[in-house]
Amino acid sequence: MYNFEFVKPSSVDEAVAALKDEDAQPLSGGQTLIPTLKQRLNQPSRLVSLLGIADLVGLSESGGEMTIKGATNHATVAAEAASSFPGLAALAGKIGDPAVRNRGTIGGSIANNDPSACYPAAAMACQATIVTNTREIAADDFFEGMFATALDEGEIVTAVRFPVPEASNYQKFEQPASRFPLTGVFVAKYADRVGVGVTGASNDGVFRWKEAEEALASNFSPDAISGLTVPADDMISDLHGSAEYRAHLVKVLTGRGVAAC
Amino acid sequence: MPKDGIGASTKRREDVRFLTGTGRYTDDINLGKQLYVHFLRADVAHARINGIDTSAAEGMPGVVRIFTAKDFEGVGGLPCGWQVTDKHGQPMQEPKHPIIAEGKIRHVGEIVAAVVAETLDQARDAAEAIMPDLEELPAVVDMKEAVREGATKVHDDLTSNLCYDWGFVEENKAAVDEAFEKAAHVTTLELVNNRLVANPMEPRVAVGDYAAHSDESTLYTTSQNPHVIRLLMGAFVLGIPEHKLRVVAPDVGGGFGTKIFHYAEEAFCTFAAKQLRRPVKWTSTRSEAFISDAHGRDHVSKIQIALDADNNFTALRTDTYANMGAYLSTFAPSVPTWLHGVLMAGNYRTPLIYVNVKAVFTNTVPVDAYRGAGRPEATYQLERCIDKCARELGVDPAELRRQNFITPDQFPYATPVAVEYDTGNYHATLDKALELADVAGFEARAEESKRTGKLRGLGIANYIEACGIAPSNLVGQLGARAGLYESATVRVNATGGVVVMTGSHSHGQGHETTFPQVIADMIGIDASQVEIVHGDTANTPMGMGTYGSRSLAVGGSAMFRAAEKVINKAKKIAAHLMEASEGDIELKDGQFTVAGTDKSVAWGDVTLAAYVPHNYPLDQIEPGLEETAFYDPANFTYPSGTYICEVEVDEGTGQVEVLSFTAADDFGNVVNPMIVEGQVHGGVAQGIGQALLENCAYDADGQLLSATYMDYAMPRAADLPMITVDHSCQTPCTHNPLGVKGCGEAGAIGAPPALVNAVLDALNRNGHAVDHIDMPLSPARVWSAMNA
Repeated sequence: MYNFEFVKPSSVDEAVAALKDEDAQPLSGGQTLIPTLKQRLNQPSRLVSLLGIADLVGLSESGGEMTIKGATNHATVAAEAASSFPGLAALAGKIGDPAVRNRGTIGGSIANNDPSACYPAAAMACQATIVTNTREIAADDFFEGMFATALDEGEIVTAVRFPVPEASNYQKFEQPASRFPLTGVFVAKYADRVGVGVTGASNDGVFRWKEAEEALASNFSPDAISGLTVPADDMISDLHGSAEYRAHLVKVLTGRGVAAC
Repeated sequence: MPKDGIGASTKRREDVRFLTGTGRYTDDINLGKQLYVHFLRADVAHARINGIDTSAAEGMPGVVRIFTAKDFEGVGGLPCGWQVTDKHGQPMQEPKHPIIAEGKIRHVGEIVAAVVAETLDQARDAAEAIMPDLEELPAVVDMKEAVREGATKVHDDLTSNLCYDWGFVEENKAAVDEAFEKAAHVTTLELVNNRLVANPMEPRVAVGDYAAHSDESTLYTTSQNPHVIRLLMGAFVLGIPEHKLRVVAPDVGGGFGTKIFHYAEEAFCTFAAKQLRRPVKWTSTRSEAFISDAHGRDHVSKIQIALDADNNFTALRTDTYANMGAYLSTFAPSVPTWLHGVLMAGNYRTPLIYVNVKAVFTNTVPVDAYRGAGRPEATYQLERCIDKCARELGVDPAELRRQNFITPDQFPYATPVAVEYDTGNYHATLDKALELADVAGFEARAEESKRTGKLRGLGIANYIEACGIAPSNLVGQLGARAGLYESATVRVNATGGVVVMTGSHSHGQGHETTFPQVIADMIGIDASQVEIVHGDTANTPMGMGTYGSRSLAVGGSAMFRAAEKVINKAKKIAAHLMEASEGDIELKDGQFTVAGTDKSVAWGDVTLAAYVPHNYPLDQIEPGLEETAFYDPANFTYPSGTYICEVEVDEGTGQVEVLSFTAADDFGNVVNPMIVEGQVHGGVAQGIGQALLENCAYDADGQLLSATYMDYAMPRAADLPMITVDHSCQTPCTHNPLGVKGCGEAGAIGAPPALVNAVLDALNRNGHAVDHIDMPLSPARVWSAMNA
């Protein structure tokens, strides 16, 4: 780790101001950033902690939407969303281990957009809205590929707003070493549509399997997707699984997610 | 009989300090004026070093000295402790193994330069300013490519990348081939024994120190055998006589083989401390461990079994390529040969066996012994091939094994591969395992699994291993450049307490608990009165350390012999005190008695007399009560057993779940059943790790793909079933005084074939005709095999 300045502001405005410094970076739960700092793969001049901002923590629900503030950790989501949005609570409750879940935040996960992160799958399936200090961005527009998002320099994710589905389920098939999803599928059933968000599988990062969404909208059962195939062209191929295997998993996990809803 | 003598499941006394954070590991040692070293390691696998510019780095804050290969001119290379002779009678090719890369980089992770600075961060900062001028060369990674004519050479001064081509027993080859020609059935299997990273919980650490006033060097290190390190480093690398060199291995947090070997970092810290007249410390990061700790396994094999028309094994032959990595680690050449070829008979009567092993240099981290070392590779081939054979013949795999077992009345049994099993009962462990695993109820369970959409399978494997290594005169003939005895000094204090100084080294085995149980049993005192001292060459007799499940069998036997000497002398003193004849003295429950009388004298009174010899036979014996014994065993010990694994496979994803695991072992006599069971649990966990999860993978450029825990999958508690362990089948070792055989490696040897056999059973009984899947049986590999 190289030396850096550390600040912990108490408001979003102060944080935005502190991030104007060149090479300043926001620090939320640090579950990705701290390991890269330890390996000297990142050299910020200043880290701006978002964890001292009381306004960035907590869940609330109104009008069929659940709003999760950006610095809310996974353990909190797992506990507090359990009754009203069990699919998302279960997703949060399976991220990492208890230490990770008590540090890592939804804002950090969304903003980092690791191709194997769990939350982006739910955000895409639910067509969530990403709220920042300056604007609101639809999930479809927010995620721009591996580790890439629509966020501008110094822009902070202050909340994520999910339309709460009638039923939802997250199928996480773990990569054997990291236990991140080798492929993860979030299925969300609404009165008028079905969302299928896929993480871990594609070279382009999280995506919606729209063919399955359409098929499931008219027939919400595993049979509805039996005739569909997922093209392997853009899938990740690595030590842990081929592109074909990941494409196959997308279909298997979608079917299991639907069955579990 | 003391309550915590032999046979008692005494809780491990060392765990109190380990679990309360009061252990003293090497990294806990910090000396005054200590400096820190950071090693600049190669990030390419193969390159010529045209120069190293350290000028910018030298002026950076806190830098004391930067070392490169030129600072080690005149210093020896890291020695190899075993010389293998090839099938033509020629010695193996043995390249120099420099402390810092000389002229060429030969693997990712090799030390290119070393920065010694006041703080670790300063050393790291300066290392980033070092500019090596490298000319990258094509990397040699695949073993079969490496031995092709014209392949790029890892070592320019060797004739090829072939370390040796070993045939065993070469004289048997023609007869073996002839048996194959006459065979009624031949089963052939090609398989890979996957490369592993040992991953002990505690990474390696070295602290070098030098005392100018006495010209003595001290190395504190994470070692399984401090005396071996003192001998190798002192005599072959740095030229320091043993009386001026002390090696201390304090609490060590796991070794699994990888802490046997003498490493460059140890020699560097010792050397630099003397040069700089200040202590020098290195603590490996986990990332460094992946590219600098010796790896394990990495064999590519073809095995064939020949059978007659009655399904009797008539011959066996194997061809193996064994990866040595870029240099020969301390015991690397012995692993695929004398720890692998000689075990190829397994538990079976196969009369003709021929083993060929080609050891190959590649641009990868050196490979050496890892829990089981050679024996898992032998067992895996044999037990996988027998399973395939049973499927081809349509016979019960358990019964095919049983039919070919060496029978209990055949012991001692000389195998065609040069060893003589002293004792064993393979039928007993097979029957025990079949019973404990409820194999009779398997079909019903398989039906139940089908109803939930899962494929259920059951796998059996037997194993035999050679432990307690070994007779020095035998291993000397086989190429060992060391003896393999063990030593102990038993010191009785005046008030009756006992201190045992042993050359064995505990790095998780529980010696501090089990060794006192033996002494307590022999004397009849409480085990709490016995203390074990180990790990410091300054206060223990010359010993060869702990590996190969040898501590109790060899080190415990040395302690037993020393304690016998002590007791014999104490009897003389007791005889004098009671005015009786020495031959009439008996020792029981801590009391010396005169046979046939009511006379007695307590252990403590005798020990006090030994040190306060007022009333003492000074004309016959010396005062004091302390004896040393060196024990050199007559043979290996041969633990054996049967393992049964039951799995379910998810047909949709290829995911394997291990449902149950049963281990029926014959370890001979057992001193502490709880510790033995713990050793089996740990070994099985590592075996399941190899079979299901762990995979050390390189790409074609020699870059390690699985270089962190994000890609190298370690077994976790949730991956393991409850493990049923039984050690009631006991055929005690016939040639050591304790009748013990060793239990540390069994699990890691027997578990992989049992698990892989179970998965293949699940597939084949459910319509997927799959002959083999190479480890680890990851979901992707199992799915691919089902959908090939």
